[in-house]
Amino acid sequence: MTIFVDIAALDDIPRQGARVVKTGQGCVAVFRTADDRVFALEDRCPHKGGPLSEGIVHGDRVTCPLHNWVFDMNSGEAQGADTGMVRTYPIRVEHGRVLISAALVARSNAA
Amino acid sequence: MKKKLVVIGAGMASGRMLEQLLATDPDAFDVILFNGEPRGNYNRLMLSPVLSGEKTYEEIVTHDDDWYAANGVDCRFGEPVVKIDRETRIVHSNKSSAPYDALVIATGSAPFIIPVPGKDLPGVVAYRDLEDTQAMMDTAGKDAVVIGGGLLGLEAAAGMAARGAKVTVIHLMGHLMERQLDPAAGYLLQKDLEKRGIKVHCKGATKAILGNDRAEAVLLEDGTVYPADLVCMAVGIRPETRLANDAHLEVERGIVVDDAMRTSDPHVFALGECVEHRKQLFGLVAPLYDQAKVLARTLLGEVAEFVPVQTATKLKVTGCDLFSAGDFAEGEGREDIVFRDPGRGIYKRLVLRDDRIIGTVMYGETGDGSWFYGLMKDGTDISEMRETLIFGPAFQGGSKLDPMAAVAALPPEAEICGCNGVCKGTIVNAVQGGAHTLDAVRACTKASGSCGTCTGLVQQVMALTLGGAVADAPAGMCKCTDHTHEDVRRLIKAMGLKSIPAIQQELGWKSVGGCHSCRPALNYYLLAEWPLEYSDDRQSRFVNERNHANIQKDGTYSVVPRMWGGVTTPAELRAIADAADKYNVPMVKVTGGQRIDLLGVRKEDLPLMWADLNEAGLVSGHAYSKGLRTVKTCVGSEFCRFGTQDSTGLGIRLEKLLWGSWTPHKVKLGVSGCPRNCAEATCKDVGVVCVDSGYNISVAGAAGMEVKETEHLASTPSEDEAVEIIAAFVQLYREQAKYLDRPYKWVAKVGLDWVKAQVVEDVPNRRALVERFEISQSVYRRDPWAEHSTPSETPKWAPLANLTLEAAE
Repeated sequence: MTIFVDIAALDDIPRQGARVVKTGQGCVAVFRTADDRVFALEDRCPHKGGPLSEGIVHGDRVTCPLHNWVFDMNSGEAQGADTGMVRTYPIRVEHGRVLISAALVARSNAA
Repeated sequence: MKKKLVVIGAGMASGRMLEQLLATDPDAFDVILFNGEPRGNYNRLMLSPVLSGEKTYEEIVTHDDDWYAANGVDCRFGEPVVKIDRETRIVHSNKSSAPYDALVIATGSAPFIIPVPGKDLPGVVAYRDLEDTQAMMDTAGKDAVVIGGGLLGLEAAAGMAARGAKVTVIHLMGHLMERQLDPAAGYLLQKDLEKRGIKVHCKGATKAILGNDRAEAVLLEDGTVYPADLVCMAVGIRPETRLANDAHLEVERGIVVDDAMRTSDPHVFALGECVEHRKQLFGLVAPLYDQAKVLARTLLGEVAEFVPVQTATKLKVTGCDLFSAGDFAEGEGREDIVFRDPGRGIYKRLVLRDDRIIGTVMYGETGDGSWFYGLMKDGTDISEMRETLIFGPAFQGGSKLDPMAAVAALPPEAEICGCNGVCKGTIVNAVQGGAHTLDAVRACTKASGSCGTCTGLVQQVMALTLGGAVADAPAGMCKCTDHTHEDVRRLIKAMGLKSIPAIQQELGWKSVGGCHSCRPALNYYLLAEWPLEYSDDRQSRFVNERNHANIQKDGTYSVVPRMWGGVTTPAELRAIADAADKYNVPMVKVTGGQRIDLLGVRKEDLPLMWADLNEAGLVSGHAYSKGLRTVKTCVGSEFCRFGTQDSTGLGIRLEKLLWGSWTPHKVKLGVSGCPRNCAEATCKDVGVVCVDSGYNISVAGAAGMEVKETEHLASTPSEDEAVEIIAAFVQLYREQAKYLDRPYKWVAKVGLDWVKAQVVEDVPNRRALVERFEISQSVYRRDPWAEHSTPSETPKWAPLANLTLEAAE
């Protein structure tokens, strides 16, 4: 079972926009769609490392700002002719708060 | 001896339960029914028709006195229960008591009242019972404000409007009924409501209700004030659990019940909006009726199990056809099928997962709603009929989606060709008069004969008139639409479209939220067309414009302060050097446009750095924008021995006039003081070469992917006139060009002669262009850095959370 931790209020993320969460596994982009769904994706395009958090969000897709690769935020899969995959992470909204998989919190005893 | 059943609450759920119970076994219980309201059970769903005057209270009563008498129910109406004593199994009201063998709590829900100042003033009501309805019925000719643009709020608003009230709906979210509708359907609904005189204010947060002895007005956070003789709060409901709480029954968000509707006390049952079943609350009537059936059987000792099913919503506002059911809100692998018929104001959307419907919204035409709903409830595999699914059960391969409905909906007087002022009716007449080819239409109407950007639109009007397709329609602006950029620009104007969802709905967009290609274009077209009304959509901008800096390949940014005409001061240079030191800028570079570029800045440092630069009087250089970039100058007559005019001064003047403006693509200017052309003005979008007799203005140069010398536009002895012509040229480009066409591409399409006619020869037209430019500049000639470096904005540039820090603790 996935354990979730509270990271922010939903309203801290602009609609059709994203914010970055720093984690032990690198930066994670947290997206909010026009209809208030949230997605968490690795903030790195597999093409040339573009920050997906700065892309344009349309429906449940995001376009990388560097070279316009498009990713389905549900699966993390590149769309169209491009092939590649971005990691996705469990995330959800409860009572206006955004909860993300606790697995992203680096364990202090792991060091 | 009969067992004693006490029921608290005479609402729709308990009413249905009693009906079932007494019909199955009238002799099982002696029933005592308490109700806080001084009346029995009526159909609360029908309060909206009562409010709007379509029904009377008498018509919505479901159980009248005779029914209660005939069924031997001991009614204690107007007697709110104050205590449940579970030890002795006695219920106490404010007047009497009653012992029970079985107790049913059906207290329903209470409206949520926003805790703002003034909420308790007389004249503030919820929309819950007949008293509230009565208060709203008395608003004819008065001002009413409804807070909450959900199902209930809109029914309240429509009802009062039907009674003759002046109604304003305040809604916190970006569009109405956001739980059921997406932005496009919300837009249609808003349009329908506005048609019936209801004002809608979205993104409105209520700050206070103003008034001395009673409500007089509503104040919003943004400072707007709406007068209100009556304020109706319809922002939501929550389960009424006070009695259950006091009796120490298990209560979470609602009174917790099991599948048999039993609470944590085996003698106590609950149903309706006050309960929570498997973590779920219930607000719609269908599951409540299911609960009623289950509870009736449970009370009679039978085994029954409540299983919640998907429910559908309809808006009970006459003339607004809306149907919504299921889930739009989560899950992987979801797909959308969207159908829009802008001409008839119809929107349908199906959400699919694994070839099954999981959600449906329909607006304007809801006849197929129950069919879709049936497919959804049954989990029918729709892969076989996927192609035609959206057309509903009646579809037999006949009528097809008409992509030209938007053009069909235009009135005859709508302007199609802006250059020659040709309206739709003229083209229709020409076609009916025998002009069946584009050339023929051009010959007799001049439509699309000048710049040609309206060709697609003319062809569509022809096709509609001829009843078939005309060949060679140009390609659409992206895969979301068949309309060309030029058509979209004209339709935005002709149809008065003022938001991205409005365009996507009215012009039949094929995607849910557009794409990275059309959204920035639409955002630009809207701000260029409606500078005073449209508010810029930041999320529809490319990263550079959203962050007011250029993104670099490693995700850092470059910062370029504006240096008017390339001139700076020692103090400004010091401020730039200090900022470079303070934020560890790895490279400082002079750009091709005579500005200083600070490269390699972290995103979270941007607003801090801007604040520092602002302090020294520097503003954004817009080195990132589809807008005015730089005006490059040479030193001119002030110092140069060849200089003929003050080219530096003219460059500064032009930059101060044009800065901050958004254009279809970047715009660069150059002003040279003599034909030696040290500012390289003849390969810019607009170049001025000063000569002894005045100013030579040339346009449409390029020095990028293509290299092209400018073409001569005008010569004038007057600096003022030069400035006016340049402003008019920029505005014409802003109004006419396709997004991402540089001026040289646009001029090649429309022809330099036409441009000359517009901005040089036709002086009144030139002045009108300048005036429209100034109107737009009254909004956009602002420093974006200052806006984003305020203490409230700065934190938004930093990470949302840092989970690596938590680990260190």
